[in-house]
Amino acid sequence: MWTFIIRRLLQSAIVIIGVTLITFTALQMSGDPTYLYVSERATDEEIQRTRVALGFDKPLPEQYLTFLGKLAQGDFGNSLSYKRPAIEAVMDALPATLELTLFAMMLAIVVAIPLGVVASLNRGSPVDGSIMTMGMLGQSIPSFWLGIMMIMFFGLQLRILPISGHVPFITPLVQGNFVEAFTNLPQALYYLIMPGFAVAFYSISRNARLVRSSMLEVLGQDFVRTARAKGISETAVVVRHALRNAWLPVVTMIGLEFGFLIGGVVVVEMVFSWPGIGRLVFNAINQRDIPVVQAAVVVLALVFIALNLIVDLIYAKIDPRVKL
Amino acid sequence: MSVEVVPSTPVIARPMSHGRREFRRAVRSMVQARWPLVAMVILLLVAIAAVFGTWISPLDPNRQDIMMRLADPLTEGRRNAFFVLGTDGLGRDVLSRLLYGARISLLVGICAILVGGTIGVVAGLVAGYFGGWIDDVIMRLGDIQLAFPFILLAIMFLVILGPGVMNIIIVLGVGQWVTYARIVRAQTLSLREKEYVEAARALGDSTFLIIFRTILPNIIAPLTVIASFNVASVILSEASLSFLGLGVPPNVPTWGAMLADSRDQLMANKWWLAFFPGIAIVLTVLAFNILGDWLRDFLDPRLKTMA
Repeated sequence: MWTFIIRRLLQSAIVIIGVTLITFTALQMSGDPTYLYVSERATDEEIQRTRVALGFDKPLPEQYLTFLGKLAQGDFGNSLSYKRPAIEAVMDALPATLELTLFAMMLAIVVAIPLGVVASLNRGSPVDGSIMTMGMLGQSIPSFWLGIMMIMFFGLQLRILPISGHVPFITPLVQGNFVEAFTNLPQALYYLIMPGFAVAFYSISRNARLVRSSMLEVLGQDFVRTARAKGISETAVVVRHALRNAWLPVVTMIGLEFGFLIGGVVVVEMVFSWPGIGRLVFNAINQRDIPVVQAAVVVLALVFIALNLIVDLIYAKIDPRVKL
Repeated sequence: MSVEVVPSTPVIARPMSHGRREFRRAVRSMVQARWPLVAMVILLLVAIAAVFGTWISPLDPNRQDIMMRLADPLTEGRRNAFFVLGTDGLGRDVLSRLLYGARISLLVGICAILVGGTIGVVAGLVAGYFGGWIDDVIMRLGDIQLAFPFILLAIMFLVILGPGVMNIIIVLGVGQWVTYARIVRAQTLSLREKEYVEAARALGDSTFLIIFRTILPNIIAPLTVIASFNVASVILSEASLSFLGLGVPPNVPTWGAMLADSRDQLMANKWWLAFFPGIAIVLTVLAFNILGDWLRDFLDPRLKTMA
C-alpha cells in the first residue's frame, strides 16, 4: 500500500516537473518575456530594469532553476493586475472551483450509474434508446452552451434557479466553522445545481454509456446466471452481483475524466460568474496577467494529480483483485 | 484492416475491384444504419458552408448596421437585407456569421488532427518498431501529457503566443498526438513480427520503406475511427477557447466567439444569439461522433473497447 502511494507520488513529481518545464518554455516562446510584464508605454530604461529585476537577463538554465526554486515556495511572482502575490489570488479562488468540480464529479457518478443500469436492463427498449440518444447528444454539447441555455430557460424564463452567485461551503469547513458550513450547505447546493449540471453533462453521458455496456457484459456471465438460479431477487442480482463488477471500468474512466471536468469548470465558471479559478484565469487572460495564469495552471494540475491519486486508491479499495 | 468474411464462400485472392466493393459495402452499411447517413448529410452541409461561405452567405458577416441592432429572426432590413436568424449587438447578420464560422471550426478540427495525427503516427511507428530507450522516452512523454488536463496548457500557450488560427491548430494538434502514438505503437509491435514484414526485410527494403510502405498502410483503419472522434473533441475545444477569447482574432467570426458575444445580451433575452451558434456546434460535433461510432463498428467491432 505505502510503496504504491510512494511510487505514485514519485510519478506525480515527474509530471509536476514536466508541467513546470512546459510552463517555463511557454514563457520563453514569446521571445523576450520581459515584454509580457511591462506596459506598452514603458521606456527602454523601465524595460531593462524589469528584465534585471525578474532575472530574464540570466542564462536560461539558471532562470529555470530560479523559477523552480520559487515555485517550490509557491512564489509565482506578483499578479500584474491585483498587485499581490499571484498564488494568493489563486488560492482564494480555489475553494469555489473545488466545490464545483467535486459536485460535478458526484453528479457524473450518481446520475450516470442508474441511467446506465436502467438502459442495460431494458436493452433495445425505447427507454434504452432514449438514454443512449441522450448519451450521444450529451457528448456533443459544449458545456458552456448548455450553461447559457439553462440560464435562459430555468433562470430567466421559469425563474426557478439562480443564474449566478455562490454560497461558500469549503471555506468555512476548512476554517473549522462546521455550523456555518452545514447551515450553508442547502443554499450552496442550490447555487451549484446549474453550473454543476453544465459541467457534468458530458461525463454523465459518457459514464451512462459506459455503465450500460459494462453491465451488458457482466449480465451475460455465468455468476449472474448462478445468482439468478439460486433464486435471489432481481434487485439483489443487479445491485450486489452485477453492478459491483460493472462499475470498476467506470471508476477508471472517472479518473481520466477529471481533465475534461476541469477544462469544463474553467469555461463554465465564466458563464455563471462563479468566483473560482476559471473566472480568475479568464480575467487574467484579458489583462495578460501571466503570473496568475501560471499559478492557476500549476495549482489546477496539482488538484488534478491529487484527485487522480485518490481515485486510484478507491479503485484498489473496491476491487479486491488489485493488490497495492 | 477489415476483412470481408462471406460465409461459405472461400476467400481466394483479392480481385482488382476490392476497393470499390469495400466502398459499396460501406455505403450499404451506412444506409442501413440510417444515422450515419444523416451525419454525412450534416457534414456535407457544414463543408459546403465552410468552402462556399463567401458566396452563399446573404451578407458580409462583418457588415454592421447600427439601425438594425439585435433584430429578431426573420426581420426585413434596409436595402433588401433580410435577417433570417436575426442580428447581433452590432447589427451583423447572424446567419452569415454562422456560415463563416463553419470554416474555422472545420479548418481547426481537421488541421489539428493532421498535425497531431502525423506526430503521433510517426512517434508510434518509431517507438513500436525500434523499441528500447527511444520507445521508453516517447511513451513516458505521452504519459506525462495525459496526466495533465490539456486544455490548461492550451490556455497558457495561447495567452503567451496570442490568438491566431495557426497557433490554435498547433496547440490543439499537439494535444492529440498521444492517442495516435499509443495505438500505432501497439499495432506496430504486433505487425513487426509478421511474415510479410520479415519478407520485406529479407528483400533488403530500407527501414524507412518497411515502416512507411509495409507497416503504415495496415494500421490506417483504426486511426480513422480515432480521428473521427478527435475532430469532434477538437471542435469542442476550439469553441471553448474561442469562448474564452483565445481563439482567432475578433474580426473572424467563429461559433465559440459568437457565443461569447451572446453573453452580453443574455439578460435581454436575445435567445437567437446563443441558440443558433450552439446548435451549429452540437450538430457538427454530433455528426462526427455518430460517424466515428459507425466507422468503429463497420471496420472492426472489436475496437469498441478502445473508445
